[in-house]
Amino acid sequence: MTLRTFGFSEFGFLLSALQWTILLTVIALSGGGFIGFIIALARTSTRKAVRVAAATYIQIIQGIPVLMILFLSYYGLSLAGFQMPPLVAAGISMTIYASGYLAEIWRGSIQAVAKQQWEASESLAMTRAQQYRYVILPQALRIALPSTVGFAVQVVKNTSITSIIGFVELARAGQLINNATFQPFRVFLAVAALYFVVCYPLSQLSRLLERRLHAGSAY
Amino acid sequence: MPEVLIDNVHKSFGAVEVLKGVSLSVNRGDVFALIGRSGSGKSTLLRCINGLEKINSGRIEVAGHAVGRDPKELRKLRTDVGIVFQSYNLFPHLTVGENIMLAPRIVKLVSKAEAKTTAEEVLGMVGLSEKFDAYPDQLSGGQQQRVAIARSLAMRPKVMLFDEVTSALDPELTEEVLNVLETLARNGMTMLLVTHEMGFARRVATTTIFMHHGKIWEEGPSVELFGRPKTPELQQFIKSDVK
Amino acid sequence: MSYTFQFGAIAQYTDEIVAGIWLTIMLSAASIVMGSLLGIILASLRSMHGRAVRLMVDAYVEIIRNTPFLVQLFIVYFGLPGVGLRVSATTAALIGMTINLAAYSTEIIRAGIEAVHKSQIEAGEALGFTSLQIYRHVIIMPAIAKVYPALCSQFVLMMLASSICSAISTKELAASAAFVESQSFRSFEVYIVVTLIYLALALALRAILALVGWSLFGRRVARTTTTSLAEVQA
Repeated sequence: MTLRTFGFSEFGFLLSALQWTILLTVIALSGGGFIGFIIALARTSTRKAVRVAAATYIQIIQGIPVLMILFLSYYGLSLAGFQMPPLVAAGISMTIYASGYLAEIWRGSIQAVAKQQWEASESLAMTRAQQYRYVILPQALRIALPSTVGFAVQVVKNTSITSIIGFVELARAGQLINNATFQPFRVFLAVAALYFVVCYPLSQLSRLLERRLHAGSAY
Repeated sequence: MPEVLIDNVHKSFGAVEVLKGVSLSVNRGDVFALIGRSGSGKSTLLRCINGLEKINSGRIEVAGHAVGRDPKELRKLRTDVGIVFQSYNLFPHLTVGENIMLAPRIVKLVSKAEAKTTAEEVLGMVGLSEKFDAYPDQLSGGQQQRVAIARSLAMRPKVMLFDEVTSALDPELTEEVLNVLETLARNGMTMLLVTHEMGFARRVATTTIFMHHGKIWEEGPSVELFGRPKTPELQQFIKSDVK
Repeated sequence: MSYTFQFGAIAQYTDEIVAGIWLTIMLSAASIVMGSLLGIILASLRSMHGRAVRLMVDAYVEIIRNTPFLVQLFIVYFGLPGVGLRVSATTAALIGMTINLAAYSTEIIRAGIEAVHKSQIEAGEALGFTSLQIYRHVIIMPAIAKVYPALCSQFVLMMLASSICSAISTKELAASAAFVESQSFRSFEVYIVVTLIYLALALALRAILALVGWSLFGRRVARTTTTSLAEVQA
């Protein structure tokens, strides 16, 4: 093996790996958003058994490391007989991880909508589904937006964990380049900088939305 | 057949009994004012009438609907019974027009054009035609409360309930809301209102109910009840209000 | 599914797993203590000193909060030797965890300090407290009491994230799991058991933190300590 130095082509490799990081983030947020939304609804259900089941799911996901979710889906699914490409295992585990946190964020947002909004819409003879659709969720969405964007930052960062099962996203690409160049300081600083370029604007956006929410009008 | 029939209703929150056997009969076109100290059970009684609070025993019938627990039956009842709250509770993400049109559109499934016509009509009744496209937070408290009344009226209710609708308002804003209520009463709407406005109750309500400790303590035509209160509790209550 | 679970096969590796649990606990405890102390110091410096200090603290907080913990570990473990600082995997883990947690603590405590009302500080002055007393009793302690639930959630997240240190061969619980898996080939069983251990550790840590909060700040905080982790993530 010839020793290379960290140059333009290596940086290009990092950039292309960043696309996988972003793809994985999008998968996690959409898949986790879908499941998390259902769990959040279950968490605010009128039926106690459903509420408890949803709360348990959230508590478990928030009580175990993302790395363990990753290993369990990786080995669990291969046990069940699926030959799993790392992208699928990574996508599934990131989805599960995101669902547990998004469910909790959205539960909080749904419950932050004033109780009187439920009473007013109920008194207008709406069904529970109509109350959610037309009255509660539009308001909850606004409340949820800053925290959801903030959580997206966590997801971007945590996709790096999938490098441990060999999925080549940004962090893994950094390791591969480091193995070829032996310039760890330079390589990993470049990797960190790329993460920062993605995460920092999202963090700032979350903060801006948060400020706007609190400065905003009565709702 | 009375429009609202309340028969020996008991209601407890935990160990506290707030309604201790209340019976009441309201005929079509009657205006009932419920007065009493806070904690006397008057607001709870009102909320029981449209099923927001579930009663422990007794019977309530409104506009031919028995008030029970079945959600479907409750929804039928609520298309006939409107309620307006102290805190307005407009939907903040919708314009005034959308607030008013929402329930007729999705619950009664009327056409958009018809909902709009109705909305303009009820908004005119509360004197806010020009606010159709405003958002709730652009309105004063009195205006918001009038929109809330219009929103209820758009469902074409047979009975209207008003739960301390002026308690959060300044005196001059209170006046504009009371005027709307008075017009409604004169047009023959069956109304029950929990209120602290004694003068209004005396002038507009056909019957006034004085509630005390979860019971109907005194009941009668408003002029009589305010003119010659029988029980010392009501005498005391009226006197303390004058101050 | 024809697969038969054999949890028994793992039993012989109890020692490895217990050693992993122990290191996870030690790393978590040490980083929680050092990370929150650093957080208090940095948040205080930021609120007391001028623009330059504030910018530096903010830069530190933003850089750490917007880059992955794994990459931070890589820089400490693989990068530092390049500039002449060689550290063991355990030390690298401790440094990485402390640096990471300190940034989050700083941010959380900063929010707490900003929520302390000016009137309370004036009340403290009126009572004749010295600036240091005011700082301790009127600003820092109430600020921490206020954000204690958020801090606790961050501590739990850090404990869970310590599993990532296995990637730089720190011999904590996740690394033990990987070792046992490589020896026993009972991958799924190993990771189920270890996941349950993490869950138990998370619940235990939350209970302990609730007790600590109760003894430090009284009942008003202890009740809210179970606030969801999602809120700090947000």
